[in-house]
Amino acid sequence: MAIISCKSLTKQYGAKVLAVDKLDLDIEEGEVFGLLGPNGAGKTTTISMLCTLIHSTSGQASVAGFDIKKQPSKVRQNIGIVFQEPSVDDLLSGRENLELHGMLYGMKEQDRNARIGEMLELVGLTDRANDLVREYSGGMRRRLEIARGLMHRPKVLFLDEPTLGLDPQSRTHIWDYIRRLSKEHGTTMVLTTHYMEEADLLCNRIGIMDLGKIIALGTPRELKSKIGEDIVRLRGAVDADKIRKLKFVRKAAQEDGITTVALVDAPVNLQALLKVVGRVDSVEVREVTLNDVFLHYTGKEIHKEEGEGGWFERVARSGGNRA
Amino acid sequence: MPELHGIYAVWKRELLVYIREKERVIGSFVSPLLWLFVFGSGIGGGMYAGASGSGGYQAFIFPGILTMSVLFVSMFYGLYIIWDRKLDFLKEVLVAPVSRSSIFLGKVSGGMTDSLIQGVIILVIGAFLIVPISPLQFVGTLLVLALLTFFTTSLGLIMGANLHSQEGFALVMNFVMWPMFFFSGALFPVSQLPSYFEPISLANPVTYAVDALRTIILGQSLFPFYLDIAILSVFSFLAAVLGVISFGHLQQAK
Repeated sequence: MAIISCKSLTKQYGAKVLAVDKLDLDIEEGEVFGLLGPNGAGKTTTISMLCTLIHSTSGQASVAGFDIKKQPSKVRQNIGIVFQEPSVDDLLSGRENLELHGMLYGMKEQDRNARIGEMLELVGLTDRANDLVREYSGGMRRRLEIARGLMHRPKVLFLDEPTLGLDPQSRTHIWDYIRRLSKEHGTTMVLTTHYMEEADLLCNRIGIMDLGKIIALGTPRELKSKIGEDIVRLRGAVDADKIRKLKFVRKAAQEDGITTVALVDAPVNLQALLKVVGRVDSVEVREVTLNDVFLHYTGKEIHKEEGEGGWFERVARSGGNRA
Repeated sequence: MPELHGIYAVWKRELLVYIREKERVIGSFVSPLLWLFVFGSGIGGGMYAGASGSGGYQAFIFPGILTMSVLFVSMFYGLYIIWDRKLDFLKEVLVAPVSRSSIFLGKVSGGMTDSLIQGVIILVIGAFLIVPISPLQFVGTLLVLALLTFFTTSLGLIMGANLHSQEGFALVMNFVMWPMFFFSGALFPVSQLPSYFEPISLANPVTYAVDALRTIILGQSLFPFYLDIAILSVFSFLAAVLGVISFGHLQQAK
């Protein structure tokens, strides 16, 4: 049975802004599920509804078997969440943050103390446990938040942009923790991200979101194989129709003198492709990324800038479309 | 239903944060002491000395300044959740499996603790330098201050929960806190205000706190003591109900 199930889940702000648009989604127990999409796609709004932090406008959803509208307290007991922006207390030590969390969740003192030790160990903060969080680096704070989110043994852990704003090294660290959690503890995790490689690396399944809808759903491999396995970009005079007739070519498009070809097994088929194409100025071969998948479904790239604009950007965008 | 462990956890967090924010603690002493010693001794020099009974003007405004200091600390404490929400600190609590009434009561007890610590210090300074008081008067004063801060912290939290921008701070300060202070009779007897201001003073709950404190500390009163307490209690109860409702509606600010 699915541990998270959404049926026509909708969040509307005002009369016109649909942040999440009739979302249908099932997430299985033990999965690491990624919601991938550009800023303002509705990822955070979706997570906020599932965590009972904001009310849905219509539709239903259940988390760990409890209805988000009718049993919010039961839902909260069974989830952990790592927020997008820092939410650990600066003026408290790492240990105090965990202790207060345990108290809020009604953990008995003995269990709480044992669990604090375990969690600090898990995220490698045992040595710094008694320092104020103010003295932690960005990566350490995020690790503390993960420890806090897991402390009360939730069935589902939500991670909202877990590596946003972190340096590459801390990012790799967080990825390691997430993978270990999934492997060793089997924790179900739902994460949002707008980093494609993050989704690709961590998630068993990905839902690509844009404008409040999931536009593609599947394992990273499935998603990518829908548009081919490799991308070849050719610069020069190329007859695209001839290319499209080849068996191993999935798609060919031309723009500004560059022909982009999606095909299977480039290492084997490249030679055959080039034979048909003839002379070109340059050739570039790379694997398909989730960005290509996103581009395929929406006709635009996933924005790379930092930060989640949320619905505000959607307002701005919809205004722009009308103009 | 509120859960004790939830209230306790929220309260403990507030206390830990309070004792570590030394700037906030020290900063909040300056203005009451300025009022009491500079304003009280300067302006009051001869003006009210006779009119306000024994102890002179400084003694007369002492209960009022005590009220002011806890009023400002507790209301600002409540308004602070505008920041909390912007900075995500509140989310951790909002997503926890405790009822909103627990969060509200935990926050209220945190704000009461902060402002009572401040109240005690000013009370001690005043007891040594202005009006000597007995231990019984000390305890009585604290109980009235506790009731007052329950009300004012709740009020601050209600406004904080319903306001969405920092501009709310200035708005509340100018349109709620200062009027509550000026119309309370903290600096002069309410009877000296023009009669058309009288209804405002009578509708102001802080008036009754000042009167109750003046009864205990100076033995001067406008209203019977039980009436002061009864009216403050009614206001506190209403504020608690409204506060729990406001917190129930509280959603993530985004």
